[in-house]
Amino acid sequence: MNRLLPIVVVAAALAAVPVVVESNAVLNFLVVALLIALAGQGWNILGGYGGQYSFGHAAFFGTGAYVTAILQVRYGVNAWVAFAGAVAAGAVVGAVIGALTFPSGLRGSYFALVTLAFAEVLRIVASVAPITGAGVGTLIKLDLRAQALQFQSRAVFYWIILGLVAISLLIAHLLERSRFGVWLIAVRENEDAARALGVDATRVKLGAMVLSAAITATAGCFYAQYFLFVDAGIAYGTWISIEALLTPIIGGAGTVFGPLLGALVVKALGEAAKLAAGDAPGLDLIVYGAVLVLVIWFAPRGLIGAVTDMRMRLTRRSLPSRSPAREVSRG
Amino acid sequence: MAEPLLSVERVSRRFGGLLAVNAASLSAPAGGITGLIGPNGAGKTTLFAIISGFLAPSEGMIRYGGEDITGEPPHRLARRGIARTFQIAQPFAGLSVRDNILVGAHLHLPARDAALAAAERVGREVGLGEMLDQPANTLTVAGRKRLELARALAIEPKLLLLDEVLAGLNPSEIRDIVPIIRAICGRGITIVMIEHVMQAVMSLSEHVFVLAEGRIIAEGSPAQVAADPKVVETYLGHGAAAKLGTVHGH
Repeated sequence: MNRLLPIVVVAAALAAVPVVVESNAVLNFLVVALLIALAGQGWNILGGYGGQYSFGHAAFFGTGAYVTAILQVRYGVNAWVAFAGAVAAGAVVGAVIGALTFPSGLRGSYFALVTLAFAEVLRIVASVAPITGAGVGTLIKLDLRAQALQFQSRAVFYWIILGLVAISLLIAHLLERSRFGVWLIAVRENEDAARALGVDATRVKLGAMVLSAAITATAGCFYAQYFLFVDAGIAYGTWISIEALLTPIIGGAGTVFGPLLGALVVKALGEAAKLAAGDAPGLDLIVYGAVLVLVIWFAPRGLIGAVTDMRMRLTRRSLPSRSPAREVSRG
Repeated sequence: MAEPLLSVERVSRRFGGLLAVNAASLSAPAGGITGLIGPNGAGKTTLFAIISGFLAPSEGMIRYGGEDITGEPPHRLARRGIARTFQIAQPFAGLSVRDNILVGAHLHLPARDAALAAAERVGREVGLGEMLDQPANTLTVAGRKRLELARALAIEPKLLLLDEVLAGLNPSEIRDIVPIIRAICGRGITIVMIEHVMQAVMSLSEHVFVLAEGRIIAEGSPAQVAADPKVVETYLGHGAAAKLGTVHGH
């Protein structure tokens, strides 16, 4: 089980933070960073491991947030049940978008544009439909009880989102070592070669989309429970699509810890910029843009990719170099 | 001759106005090595793409083990036991050699340990044993061809379609890989191979089909085909057979 050790260590270290730090500002920062890490892990399953770059993960995040809120507010459903239902609803949206795009062979930037369009359609519908509260949005009643999935203490929320992030790390870890994950990565690397080896590429991508959507929807559910307010711009806004794809790309797409590392780095830099330059609107986006350019320039496989590359280069230097000519003589 | 494992019956494929494959028929007996030769642009790779499900034929039928498999998608044909290699090697470039083969091994082995063991065994079989942990994109051309072979073998095929696995290799590399192909056939796997390297295909295959401009123009044993004036003319130009005949005095 020592393969799981990194996940256990990281989760334990992060879990200890509220014991040591009492600042609400720090906890709040970490809750938001972990929320983005969770949304990013969802994107990472489909984009990082599967190579299908979605620009519209807001569709899943927003569905999670809205369904959590609406089930409670309009239908009086218990918050925990609403949470589970919203995750399922996110997965269904993923299945629908996947079923409409993958069988027709949409790939690359076409896939990205179509997912963006789906998210935008949902945003526009949510901003006018009565059930979502249209332009006013939906407010979840304050009810600080565990059965309402609301807590007085920020630390409890923090541990909940940390637990969810830990589960998402575990999912990514298990994915890497499963047949489904091997096939998903094969589809990313070369779809035709994968098909020739018996991989049903459409089905694998669809499965990844559903899993990806469910994880990102979970982040949306948590958002609604934590902030107790959802409107179209928050839930289906492009901000979350961007952050969900930015964090894994910066941290290392197709790695277990990429989204978490990316979210912590990006959010910390965003906060630092705010502290340095005052709360100018759009400043965080400028920081994201700058970080993205730097990462793509210097570490195209993300921060984790850069570290593994460096380690490989170091070990290779210490080994005698292997001449390709040796391969010929072998029969 | 045994009941053919694969039979292609009057298959045609059009790309717009171009008839790339024109009513081509061929068959491959179970357990043998069948060659498919022909000049550049004859439609060999197109025919392979049709047999392996990557392209649908415009007309005609493909039978495999007596069943009609025309138009079935590649992944389902792979499950039935049809494996192919690509003329231009298509490695999963970002993965190690072992992980490349693992993708194929997983087809019939869902458990990771079993699939990894199978991948390692197949890797050694084709002579990639010492390169298993190397990234696939660091392999030489010869290494990539072996990897193509290994991945295809990993799905435990009954029929193996080899698309120019010898092309681009130097003579010593060819000498190394020919026995591997023989050994694969010796295990009871039926092989159909497209080849440009005449010498190799002639020594390996029992039966050869010649494709030119989308049509099968000749078939027979390697010796029969090599002596066929139509085949000679296809390769060397109109009238070449007659000239050769006078030179050698046959």
